[in-house]
Amino acid sequence: MAENITYRQALHDTLRAELLRDENVLLIGEEIGAFEGSYKITAGLLDEFGPRRVRDTPICEEGFTGAAIGAAMLGLRPVVEIMTINFSLLAIDQIINHAAKMHAMFGGQVRVPLVIRTPGGGGQQLAATHSQNLEVFYAHIPGLKVVAPSTPADAKGLLATAVRDDDPVIFLENLALYNTRGEVPDDDHTVPIGTAAVTKPGRDLTIVAYSRAAVIALEVAHRLEEEGISAEVVDLRSLRPLDRPTVCASVRRTHRAVVLEDDWLSYGIGAEIAATIQEGAFDYLDAPVRRVAAAEVPLPYAKPLETAALPNAAALTRVIREVLDATGFTPRPTPGRTRLGDP
Amino acid sequence: MTSTTSGSQTGPDREHADRIPAADDTSGPEAEALRDYFRQMTLIRAFELRAAEMYTRAKVGGYCHLNLGEEATCVGLMAALRPTDYLFTTYREHGYALARGAEPGRVMAELFGRTTGLSKGRGGSMHLFDTRLRLLGGYGIVGGQLPPATGAALAISYRTAPGPDSEAVMCLLGDATTNIGAFHEALNLAAVWHLPIVYVIVNNQLGMATPVEAAAGEPDLFKRGCSYRIPGTRVDGGDVLAVRGAARAALEHARGRHRPVLLETVSYRLRGHSVVDPARYRSAEETQRLREKDPLPRFRARLIDDGVLTEEQAARIDAETEQEVIAAVEFADASPPPALEILFDHVYATQTANTPYGLPGDPLPCDQPAPPAPGGR
Amino acid sequence: MPQILMPRLSDTMEQGTLSRWLKHEGDQIHKGDAIAEIETDKAVMELEAYDEGQLTRTLVTEGTTVPIGTPVALIGEDVATESTPTPNVTAAGTASLAEAAAPAAPPAPPIPEPPYEATAPQADSQGEVRASPLARRLAREHGLDIEAIPGSGPGGRVVHADVEQAIADRGAPPAAAPWPAAPGPAALSPSAPLRRRPPAPTPAVGEEVDEIPISRIRLLTAERLIHSVRQAPHFYLTSVVDAEPLLAFRAETNAYLGEHADHISVNDLIVKACATVLRSHPELNASWGCTSIQRYRRIHIGIAVALDDGLTVPVIHDADRKPLTEIAREAHSLAEKAGTGHLSIDEITGGTFTVSNLGPYGIDHFTAVINPPQAAILAVGAAHPEPVVRDGQVVAGTVMALTLSIDHRVLDGATGAVFLADLKSLLEQPLRIVV
Repeated sequence: MAENITYRQALHDTLRAELLRDENVLLIGEEIGAFEGSYKITAGLLDEFGPRRVRDTPICEEGFTGAAIGAAMLGLRPVVEIMTINFSLLAIDQIINHAAKMHAMFGGQVRVPLVIRTPGGGGQQLAATHSQNLEVFYAHIPGLKVVAPSTPADAKGLLATAVRDDDPVIFLENLALYNTRGEVPDDDHTVPIGTAAVTKPGRDLTIVAYSRAAVIALEVAHRLEEEGISAEVVDLRSLRPLDRPTVCASVRRTHRAVVLEDDWLSYGIGAEIAATIQEGAFDYLDAPVRRVAAAEVPLPYAKPLETAALPNAAALTRVIREVLDATGFTPRPTPGRTRLGDP
Repeated sequence: MTSTTSGSQTGPDREHADRIPAADDTSGPEAEALRDYFRQMTLIRAFELRAAEMYTRAKVGGYCHLNLGEEATCVGLMAALRPTDYLFTTYREHGYALARGAEPGRVMAELFGRTTGLSKGRGGSMHLFDTRLRLLGGYGIVGGQLPPATGAALAISYRTAPGPDSEAVMCLLGDATTNIGAFHEALNLAAVWHLPIVYVIVNNQLGMATPVEAAAGEPDLFKRGCSYRIPGTRVDGGDVLAVRGAARAALEHARGRHRPVLLETVSYRLRGHSVVDPARYRSAEETQRLREKDPLPRFRARLIDDGVLTEEQAARIDAETEQEVIAAVEFADASPPPALEILFDHVYATQTANTPYGLPGDPLPCDQPAPPAPGGR
Repeated sequence: MPQILMPRLSDTMEQGTLSRWLKHEGDQIHKGDAIAEIETDKAVMELEAYDEGQLTRTLVTEGTTVPIGTPVALIGEDVATESTPTPNVTAAGTASLAEAAAPAAPPAPPIPEPPYEATAPQADSQGEVRASPLARRLAREHGLDIEAIPGSGPGGRVVHADVEQAIADRGAPPAAAPWPAAPGPAALSPSAPLRRRPPAPTPAVGEEVDEIPISRIRLLTAERLIHSVRQAPHFYLTSVVDAEPLLAFRAETNAYLGEHADHISVNDLIVKACATVLRSHPELNASWGCTSIQRYRRIHIGIAVALDDGLTVPVIHDADRKPLTEIAREAHSLAEKAGTGHLSIDEITGGTFTVSNLGPYGIDHFTAVINPPQAAILAVGAAHPEPVVRDGQVVAGTVMALTLSIDHRVLDGATGAVFLADLKSLLEQPLRIVV
C-alpha cells in the first residue's frame, strides 16, 4: 500500500513513528513544540509526546546541538531541528569538531547517534543570509553522513534510517520541497544511506542532482523525452557517503553528464561529481561534464535578481542541448515514452 | 577558605570543608584515604614530569599540557565523584584520568600513540577517554566539552528522577573558557532544563599567558553563573580536602535536585601553558612564589605534622610512584604502534554503502560497492 | 657575467635543440657572431651573440634540447672567479619544500626560466588531437587512428559520432554489442571479447624494426598536416593544362637570359601565374578564422620543398608584384637554404597560398594536403606527352595536371573551379604571365 502525501507530511509521520518506536528518540530544537516548528514539521507532536520528548530550546544552536551530542553519547537518539541550514553555522564547531570526531578520536568507545534536520535553499526572498546551500561544508567531513532526499518516499525512508543509524547524520531538507507530493510506502520503509537512485532511466545523457535540483532534473528529463531526447536522472540522495558506482555506471551508459545543484559552483557538490566521473568514466565520456549551479553571489532579496542567480529548468535544458549539440546528437523519436518506474 | 555566591535560594551547603583527622585517628579509613590522596598526587607529579621528558625525547607528539601544581584539584575533585558519575574534562587532563583510576601505563601509551592507550592511540594527550571510568573525554577545543557535558546531564534527567541515587555530570573547564559563548549557552540550558551537572572552573590564573583579570569582565569566576541563577563556590585548589568537600556538596546538590552548580578551584600552574612554553611572561620572583605554593610539599608536610604519614612512608610512596611511572613508560614503549590496517576503524559506527576507504593516491571506488569495512560493528 | 639564453626563434617555439656549437670555450666572441646552430620547431637557426667577450663556458652539449630562456653559455673575462653559474634567485625561490629540506646539493644544472611570454593560443590546437575520451576508446577498439578522423565537435574535437562515421566509412562490422549499448567496464579488460585486436602483431623494436628518432621538422610536418586534414574539409579540383606553350615560353626566355641569371623553371612560371590569378580571385587567398574568414591583401606564395626528413615551405612574398626573374632568383636561393637548414623565420612564414610540384619526380597527378591556415594548395604534376585534341585532330601533345585542394569551409567548388580555369587559361597563354 502507498499513499500520496507531501514531503512535510512524510517527515512528520516518520518522526512520529520513530518516537513511538523507540523511547530513546527525542526531538530538540527551537520552536518545535508549541509553535510546531517553523515549517510545521513537528505539528501535534508536543501534544502527543510531551515536553520531555519534544523539547523546545532557547535560541542557542551551539548549545542545543552540543547538548544533543552529549545526550547521544549516553545512548539517546536525538533528532535536532536547526531552523535553516544557515543557522547551523552557529553550531558548526559542535558538528564538525565534536560530533564527527568522537567515535574515531576516542577509539570507538562512544557513538553519536544523532540526526540534525535542517532545510536549505533559496528562492523565497529571504536574502543572502537565509538562502544558502551549505551542505558541502558537511559533506566534506569524514565522520558525518549527509543525506538530501528529494521525494516524500525518500524523505521517509532516509529519515527512518538516519534515526536508527549510530552516527551523526545531517538530514538536508529544502524549503521548496515541503509542499511537493509523492507516493510513500505505508510500511516500515527505509532507504539505505550511501545509495543513489536512478529516478528515470535514459540513454543519451545523465543528469546528476539531489534535493530540490533532483525534482527539477526529473521534470526536465520528462519534457526532453517528448523531443526524442532520453535523459537519465541520478538522484544522489546521499552526499556522504557518495554513491560513485551508480553515477559512473550511468555515465558509462549515456556518455554525457550534466550536474544540477543548488549550491554555488566553485568547490560545490558538482565539482566532486565531475571529478568522480572523469576518474570513473573517462573512457566513456563524449563531452566534458557540465555543471549548472547557483551564481556566485550572496543571494539578493529583489526577486528578479534572486531568480537570475538560481539554477533552474531553463538553464539545465540549455546546457543539456549544448552538450548534445557538441557531440552531434540527433533526437530519436521513441515509440513508447519512458516513465518513472518503467524497467 | 571558600567563597560562595548563591544565585538562588537553593545553594550548596557551606559547611563542607573536611578536617584532618585527629592524631589518634591515624589508622582509620579517613587517614587511609588521606595517604591515598598523597599517593595519587605524588603519582600525578611523577607522571607529568616524566611526560615532559618523554615529550622532549619525541616519544610524545602534538601538544602536551601538564597538571603540575594542579594535583590537589585533580585528586580532590575525583575523590568526590562516584564511579557512576560522568566526567568531561579539558585537554589538561592526565592527572584527572589517573585520579579517576586509569592505569598510568595506558595513559602514557595514549601519549605515545599506541593501541594500548586509553583512546587506542587515536586521541593523544588531549583526548583521553575511558567508557569504563565514565571519563567521557578530554577535549582539545576550548569550551567544546560544555554543550556535550550538558547533554549528558540531559540524558540523565531524561531517564532518572532527582535524588541521592541519581547520576550526575562533572564538567571541567579552564578559567579562560568562561568567556566563550558555549559556556553561557551551556549554563543557560542547564538552568532552564534543570540538569544534574557541576561545572568546575579550574582557575590556574592564566589563559595561556593572559591573566584572568584581563580576560573576564567578572574575574570572580564563580559568580559568572549569576545570570542563570546558578550557585557558585570558590575553593582553594591547592587544598585537596577543601576541593573534595566543595565538590561533594556541589554534586549532592546536582544529583539531589537536578540543578546545575558552578565550582571554581584556584590553583597555580607551576610551568608553562604546555610542555613547550617556557613561561617567560612570569618573573623569576613570581615563579619562586608559585613554588612556595606548590600543593604537594604542603600536603606532605601537613600529613606528617598531623601524624597521618611518616617520613619513611612518604619516601616509600615517592619511590613506588616513581617506579610506577617508569613501568608506565616501559609499557607504553613496549606497546606496538597501531597497524595501518586499522586506519579506517571507527570513522563510522554504522557501516553504510560506498564509504570511502581510499588512501592518498588510491583510485576512486567507482566500480564496485566499497569493500567490507575494516573492524566495524 | 652575461648569460646566453636559448632564444625564442619562432612564435610556436617552446624549446630548442642546440645542434652545433660554432664557437667553443675560450673563443673570443664579438657582437653579432654566430655562436651556435639552434634547431627550432621550424628550422635550423643561428644563435647570435649580443655580448662581447670570451666564451667562458658552454652549459649544454650538442644535441641537447632545452626550454627557451635556459642559459646555454656564459660570456665573460673572469673565468677563475666565476667558474660555476650563480644560482638564479627566481629559480631558487621556486624550489619545492622537499628540495628545500634536502641537504646542500652539488651545483645544479641551470634551471630554466619561464618563457618570455605566453604561448600563442593556436599552438595548442596544432600540437594535439582533440578527441573525447569515448571517441578515443572507440577508435582504439576499432583499430582506427584517431588522428585521421575529422572532428565535428567544438574546436574540431573528434566525438563519438565522428568515430562511428569513420567505422561506417571503413565498412568495418560494428562491435559485437550494437552501439549504444554500454560495453561496460569489462570491455576494457584484456580478455573482454569486445576488444578488437590490432590487425597484426607489432614486432618488437630491436628485432625487425629500427627506431628512428623523430626530428623537429618531421614532428612539425606531422602535426601541421594532421591539423590540416582534421580541421579543413578538403575538396579537390583537377584540370589538365596543355603544357606546350609553357615549355616553349620557358625555353625562349631562358635562351634570352643566357648564362647571366638564374634560369626560369616551370615552377617559377606556375608561381607567378598563381600569384597573378589570385589577384582577381582573392577568395582563395584566405584563411578560415572560425568566426570570420581572413582574406589577405598581399599574395605570398609558398613553395613546398622536400627535405631529407620532412617538408619545408619557403615563401616568396608579394609574388604578384615581383618580376619573373626575381621570383626565379628567390626560389633558387630559398631552395638552397632549405637544403642546408638555414632559412630565416621571415623566409618560412606568412604564406597565403602554396604550390607543391612533384613534376620533377615524374608524378603525373596527385592531390596535396592544404598548408594551414591557408585555404588552398596547388598540386602540379609532371609535364608529359599525351594524345591531345587540337583543332579537331588527335595529335601528340604535352600536358600537365593541376589539382587544386581547397578548404571547403572557406570557399566552394565553383569558386575554386573558376580560379583553376583562369589559371589554365593563363598557363596556356604564358606571355600573359609577364605582361
